[in-house]
Amino acid sequence: MSTPTLFRVVEREALVYARLWRGLAFSTFVQPALYLAAMGVGLGGLVRAHSGAVDGLTYLDFVAPGLLVASAMQLAAGESMWPVLGMAKWSKQFHGVVATPIGPGDLFGGYVLWTAIRSMLGAAAFVIVAALLGAIPSMWGVLAIPAAGLCSAAFCALITAYSIRVDSDLSFPLIMRLGVLPLFLFSGTFFPISQLPHGLRPLAAFSPLWHGVELARAATTGRFDAAAIAAHIAVLVGCTAVGAFFGVRNFSRRLSS
Amino acid sequence: MTGPMIEARALVKRFGSFVAVDGIDFEIAPGEAFGFLGPNGAGKTSTMRMIGCVSPRSAGELRVLGLDPAHDGPEIRSRLGVVPQEDNLDTELTVWDNLMIYGRYFDLPRAVIRERATELLEFVQLSDRRDSRVDPLSGGMKRRLTIARSLINRPEALLLDEPTTGLDPQARHLLWDRLYQLKRSGVTLVLTTHYMDEAEQLCDRLVIMDNARIVAEGSPRQLIVDNVTREVVEVRLPIDADTAVEVARLKRFGDRIEGLADRVLVYTDDGDATARAVADDGFDADSVLVRRASLEDVFLILTGRSLED
Repeated sequence: MSTPTLFRVVEREALVYARLWRGLAFSTFVQPALYLAAMGVGLGGLVRAHSGAVDGLTYLDFVAPGLLVASAMQLAAGESMWPVLGMAKWSKQFHGVVATPIGPGDLFGGYVLWTAIRSMLGAAAFVIVAALLGAIPSMWGVLAIPAAGLCSAAFCALITAYSIRVDSDLSFPLIMRLGVLPLFLFSGTFFPISQLPHGLRPLAAFSPLWHGVELARAATTGRFDAAAIAAHIAVLVGCTAVGAFFGVRNFSRRLSS
Repeated sequence: MTGPMIEARALVKRFGSFVAVDGIDFEIAPGEAFGFLGPNGAGKTSTMRMIGCVSPRSAGELRVLGLDPAHDGPEIRSRLGVVPQEDNLDTELTVWDNLMIYGRYFDLPRAVIRERATELLEFVQLSDRRDSRVDPLSGGMKRRLTIARSLINRPEALLLDEPTTGLDPQARHLLWDRLYQLKRSGVTLVLTTHYMDEAEQLCDRLVIMDNARIVAEGSPRQLIVDNVTREVVEVRLPIDADTAVEVARLKRFGDRIEGLADRVLVYTDDGDATARAVADDGFDADSVLVRRASLEDVFLILTGRSLED
């Protein structure tokens, strides 16, 4: 049976992941537990004492989907920089892949798909831990997992399309500090964007993370507006498509020119 | 297959204004061991990348396995094996998993890959390292693993770009032995090298490339017969000698003469007689050496430069 070559790339990544699984599993479950304990329970207690609720939610319920998708974004960003440059330039194993029937576009697509899958594995662990802590009031909460996967795909496609072009990792810490970190803090993750100064609020719409967080929050709380959901999905799909356009082009330029 | 395995007409590769391959023609027959011999930068790797369908041609014709790389890249690649100049093994996987995953890239069933991987590790003498990671392997072992990997899809032609560059002599000989075995089993070998001994050892036929062009073509023996005398007298010069002066002085002894930095080559059909005459002319007999003409001489005569500059 022949399957799309894209899945062969996913298979390779999954094998590497499977070999490291034991080490990764621990952090996959422990990290959300620590985050939720500190932000949701610790900080959340303070919020309750001062203002009661956030957008009509307990702080734990508010922050859980934010942390969930923000973790997915961080994972995607990390996977899209050093490993990509490493496999293109240092080990050159990407060159080995494109010497087979797998083309540069398949390699790019498979890599993004795998990163989304891996983010969903992390998101699933997060949802389990959050549910145990009572942070997922709605049964729709499982849909936060694909929301995290979509947000991860958008970031992975955009950043990977960039990383395949560079010859050194000098710009990566900058992307982390000036791109990923501000998005992490100001995308409606820890507080509603209504808390942002008036003029800055519209900027949140440019953050793919904000769209991902809003989707996940709609799922975990069960409070949603269909039009808004459609718009958030459209933005994330759009970002992924733009990343894919440049990614396929740049992978071809780097690996088969 | 009838007709040539690989065929190029006026093949060109440009990178911007730089011309890496400047209109070359060649034909490689099934089962042949064919070489591109030339110095670094001659255009050998660019040619190999075009054959391997990882670099589109800029102009000219190219058919690989009867197909057009511009349209049938994945199909052609599925029937080729590639050993690149720089090892590009998967450093996150073991020796065994490198073969398994590479086989999967060709969409082969796992049971088939397992069977072939076992045989191939045996063939390249790496069976005892199957669970090792790639990084701790020696240069020669990595090369052998790369060759095993390139054979996982039972390729019709194997492309080898500088297969033994950077290896110690023992590792080179082991590799040559494996490649010779492949050649005997009927695999078409296409290789680039800047080692003339490698070309002589492995190639049935070769082209000599220089400055993006092919300057000569033939079997190693034929190239020597056509371009060089049977023997060469090498006269090693004292450290303070002026090559130009010595070349002028030695001119009358040979059919042709080439001056290098530290020695002068006198081309002649009777090496011993020429060597005696040179020694009689006052050169130290210990610094006069007679040898058979080689591909190195062919290159020197055709381009005026030494291969390993």
